[in-house]
Amino acid sequence: MKNSRTRPYTLLALLGASLAVLAGCDTATKLNDTKAAAPVETRNPGAGAAAAGGAGASTSGAAQSRVATVDLSKDAGGTVGAGSIGSTAALAMPMQRVIFFDFDSYAIKDDYKNLIDVYARVLSTSKGKRVVIEGHTDERGGREYNLALGQKRAAAVVQSLTLLGAPEAQLEAVSFGEERPAAQGTDESAWSKNRRAEVKDL
Amino acid sequence: MLGLMAGVVPAAAQFRVEISGVGATQVPLAIAAFRDESNAGVAISQIVRADLERSGLFRSVVTDAALDERSVIDTAQWRSRGADALVAGSVSRLADGRFDVRYKLWDAVKGGELLGQSKTVLPADLRLAAHRVADEIHEKLTGERGVYATRIAYVVRTGRRYTLHVSDADGEGGQVAVASPEPIISPAWSPDGRQLAYVSFETQKAAVWVQDLGSGERRMVASFRGSNSAPAWSPDGRRLAVTLSQDGLAQIYTMPTGGGRPEKLTSSNSIDTEPVYTPDGRSIYFVSDRGGGPQIYRIPASGGSVERVTFSGAYNISPAISPNGKSMAYISRQGNAYRLMLQEFGGGTPQALTDSLDDESPSFSPNGRLIVYASRTQGGDVLMTTTLDGKIKTRLLSSGADMREPAWGPFGR
Repeated sequence: MKNSRTRPYTLLALLGASLAVLAGCDTATKLNDTKAAAPVETRNPGAGAAAAGGAGASTSGAAQSRVATVDLSKDAGGTVGAGSIGSTAALAMPMQRVIFFDFDSYAIKDDYKNLIDVYARVLSTSKGKRVVIEGHTDERGGREYNLALGQKRAAAVVQSLTLLGAPEAQLEAVSFGEERPAAQGTDESAWSKNRRAEVKDL
Repeated sequence: MLGLMAGVVPAAAQFRVEISGVGATQVPLAIAAFRDESNAGVAISQIVRADLERSGLFRSVVTDAALDERSVIDTAQWRSRGADALVAGSVSRLADGRFDVRYKLWDAVKGGELLGQSKTVLPADLRLAAHRVADEIHEKLTGERGVYATRIAYVVRTGRRYTLHVSDADGEGGQVAVASPEPIISPAWSPDGRQLAYVSFETQKAAVWVQDLGSGERRMVASFRGSNSAPAWSPDGRRLAVTLSQDGLAQIYTMPTGGGRPEKLTSSNSIDTEPVYTPDGRSIYFVSDRGGGPQIYRIPASGGSVERVTFSGAYNISPAISPNGKSMAYISRQGNAYRLMLQEFGGGTPQALTDSLDDESPSFSPNGRLIVYASRTQGGDVLMTTTLDGKIKTRLLSSGADMREPAWGPFGR
């Protein structure tokens, strides 16, 4: 199924953020680890009472319990235009964007050989074209382990593409693990639709 | 509702606690309503009562006596009513708008006062004051620190909206730290309880963020090539262990919490993920499928040789280390079920703590007495707590929303 969701960040912004982190750049406010704790106000009105009170309330006006909310629902950055329509590339990207996998497997089945081949040719002849391969798993098992499994699936697709000549710089493998199922359900019918890698234009 | 929402936002899911299971002998405790607590708008005595009952260590002796901390108490009379101890107190509003919460704890068995305390708090911290009262009583009567004033972070999914919540350990007072249209997983508390690290997919891939809870300030600390996930804080708060796939496969790195160059810790041709530090900071437990299926291993935090730790079953993940460093909770696949397990280090067979079908994400309370975990049921994903023997379980109910990824915060608020 075609996904026409607009991307709030360009790959450039992603790389920029990665470079900033690599350079140890402090792109945001430093940890405020010296916030002064308010003095404890604990008095013992009775006799023989052991003081066991914790830190008292802040006298500076900020409640200790308060948690500030960050809402990411609003579109923070500019939207990225979907890839150029009527591309000047001689070869068009295939319509089929999904590769399915067997349970617990990241092996790419022979059925997809031709598809991978076409992708590799499109990418090697259109140097400006970038794609991201998103790996997914079914819902069974732990989230972090499934995130890594999905990454393995995406990486397997990337490897197949580079072996057939697609330039690695135009590819990125990412994973959504079990977090973005294509089909809801707790049976093999749903699970088989979720064990997949998707090829997305950037 | 668009735009930044500052301040307290009521949680969409209503939390209720149910207790089931047989517990040990319970201390009968009478807690009178605190004088003027209805004026304060927060029923301090009810919160204290519910906290202590939920631990399974106390049983309420019902009373409607009008008492406060200055009352003269005939402890023998309370003893004859079946109480071993009595709590009475008051809540007074001060001129500057703050509240003075005072109480005393009497020993009805031996007679005499055990404890007397007062706290001055802002209105927003009245629930916290009640939880601290419960902590003090718990510690006085059991000799052990209570966790009622601690907090739990967790993720709620409603439709295509994900919110990272922070609530009190009783499930009340939930506030939203992050609201997002993309998934959030793996929240992890900083040792000082002021920050949460978590994985957000807002940039269309898994990246690790660190957010200050009080201010909402956040920064992305890991968004390298591929997926970045599974943050875990070192006990001194200086480093984060993370899973990065920038070299192709998921491997474990450590990096400064302020951001900076990651140092590679594991090198294998397999998936290495879910790192967690031991309380002494010297070792890291993690999940690896280098032996075929995922098992739990240990490595020195500064690098070195890897030792396997789980040997029962073909699929063991999600390690959580107890605060005293002596045991490990984790998830084991048994047949088609994913179950919460507890293993004592230094011998002993792993014990299943549940008989549910799909448990995830165990996390110890900071006093090591309870484990919070997520459980998938027919009604959806819910959060549960269990004692270490598996006998007392509480269910934190929700109204339809899926709750997952719980992480129990530290002491010290």
